[in-house]
Amino acid sequence: MHANVHVIGDATGQANFKALHDPFWVRWGLVGVAVGFIVLFLCVPLGLVLYQAFSKGWQAYWTALAQPDAIAAMQLTLVVALITVPLNTVFGIAAAWAITRFEFWGKSLLTTLIDLPFSVSPVISGLIFVLMFGAQGWFGEWFSAHDIKVIFAVPGIVLATIFITFPFVARELIPLMQEMGNEEEEAALSLGASGWKTFFKVTLPNIKWALLYGVLLCNARAMGEFGAVSVVSGHIRGVTNTLPLHVEVSYNDYDVIGAFSSASILAGLAIVTLVLKSFLEWKQARV
Amino acid sequence: MSILLNNISKNFGKFAALYDVSLEIPEGELVALLGPSGCGKTTLLRIIAGLETPDFGRVLLSGEDKTEQHVSRRGIGFVFQHYALFRHMTVFDNIAFGLRVKPRKERPTEAFISKKVHSLLELVQLDWLADRFPDQLSGGQRQRIALARALAVEPSVLLLDEPFGALDASVRKDLRQWLRNLHQELHVTSIFVTHDQEEAMEVASQVVVLNQGRIEQQGAPADIYDHPANAFVSKFIGQTNVFDLSETESNWLQRAGILAEKPQGIFAHVRPHHIDIVKAEETSGSPVTLKDWQHLGATIRVELFNPQHNGSGATLFAEMPNERFKQLNLNKGDRVAVHIKQAHWFN
Repeated sequence: MHANVHVIGDATGQANFKALHDPFWVRWGLVGVAVGFIVLFLCVPLGLVLYQAFSKGWQAYWTALAQPDAIAAMQLTLVVALITVPLNTVFGIAAAWAITRFEFWGKSLLTTLIDLPFSVSPVISGLIFVLMFGAQGWFGEWFSAHDIKVIFAVPGIVLATIFITFPFVARELIPLMQEMGNEEEEAALSLGASGWKTFFKVTLPNIKWALLYGVLLCNARAMGEFGAVSVVSGHIRGVTNTLPLHVEVSYNDYDVIGAFSSASILAGLAIVTLVLKSFLEWKQARV
Repeated sequence: MSILLNNISKNFGKFAALYDVSLEIPEGELVALLGPSGCGKTTLLRIIAGLETPDFGRVLLSGEDKTEQHVSRRGIGFVFQHYALFRHMTVFDNIAFGLRVKPRKERPTEAFISKKVHSLLELVQLDWLADRFPDQLSGGQRQRIALARALAVEPSVLLLDEPFGALDASVRKDLRQWLRNLHQELHVTSIFVTHDQEEAMEVASQVVVLNQGRIEQQGAPADIYDHPANAFVSKFIGQTNVFDLSETESNWLQRAGILAEKPQGIFAHVRPHHIDIVKAEETSGSPVTLKDWQHLGATIRVELFNPQHNGSGATLFAEMPNERFKQLNLNKGDRVAVHIKQAHWFN
């Protein structure tokens, strides 16, 4: 009897094992397709960027990057990110807090609106800002009367970037804060902590990895955004060109080394972002 | 600190969670807010704490109106149903939290905090867990740490929301006893919420029964059990057999011994231990059939079937000591007669 039970157990075990696994050729076929795609569409272009950037050697690469226009583009990109990312971090936390902690009329509409920048084409977003702040725009007259330049100037680029990168932080925080609930915060308040202390000692430590993840994605997009910024910037060399715009302008001028050396900086940024992103994902999974 | 609630009402949208609740709790009591789920007991507790604001009514602690005061300034200790321990802090830091967030002028020294935390850990008998994180503790341990954390700020009122709700049965039994002893040691006015009437009767010195946002009865556990104010309390506290006069033949009730005089209501509620069984040969008593029985430890619960009853209440439960049941020497299907010793009448 005992032996019998064992035999039956083994037999069903094997049957299950086979039933749960696809044939060899299906498994390796799928893996092959996936890897082939990644190589063809991600690795080859990335390699090509680096190959083109260094096609005339290190010297040419550094010379291209040291051009005043390239340096100005990098500086502008950094300035835009330095303004946009902190602002959207604060906005994102505020929006996530409002949505997950309070009940109010129009809450689901707000939740939908946060995703708006993802669903609107960046070019349209840029055009909206031109329509609002451009010389013929709604507020254009008022701004030109006060001698404030928004469109074809840095403020316009910052505004467009803020709009485009708004969802990243909020979208990371909302599901996490919904899942955590607010009991820990209520506990902190009942123990006599003020609102600020509760936020810094209880809420922030609990959301910090998701927050950093959102900030990272927000930063990557802020530095890499092309469409919306392209519409509002006016492509003034050394003044309103961000790094992605500088790549385009150089390429159009047949300055291959200039275009690809700047592109390699953006590619490097993407790789750093990917590494940090994996680290943060690993960290979040452990919390 | 005594607690006084005056005409508290609270609505969530169109749902009335509490309706005109007034309640007085003297200092030093251990009170259970008891009721079925959705009766408003947790809302009432959160209103006392200041985690919820009432739509109408006042909350007075020690005679002072605290209705508008923020939760962080009320001096209450709140223990959450799911403990709400700070997951990124050690047990030590969790308990020290309330002392460390005090304004600089009132904040004690780290040495004092450390002493205080360790004395609290000894009080909850978990001193060896100081360096652990909450997710490394069992449910019962988390509950006791949550209690130690609430006690660290020396609250004048301790509020516990379903303190044993998420624990398994054996841990729950131990913790009930432990909470009772702790209360006797500390004498801080405490209120806990529960839907388990046994738990309320066992732990509390005062029980407040709530139903659909209203208080049905308040009193000592024995009082509530022996003198239920209405049909809801009678049915909610302990087991009850309900006889509906319109459905049960009055002849049957007369012979059982509860219709000697004029009926005092429409429904007669009878506790199982107020029903006595005798063998059918004896002349008095009302006839029933013995359906089944269950051992409940020292007592036996006997399931009886009343053939002369038309309606839902045809099954009766009686309870008696083991010895008595053995003496009767009965089998399933036997005809027996019942005597009802006491009944509560309700309309």
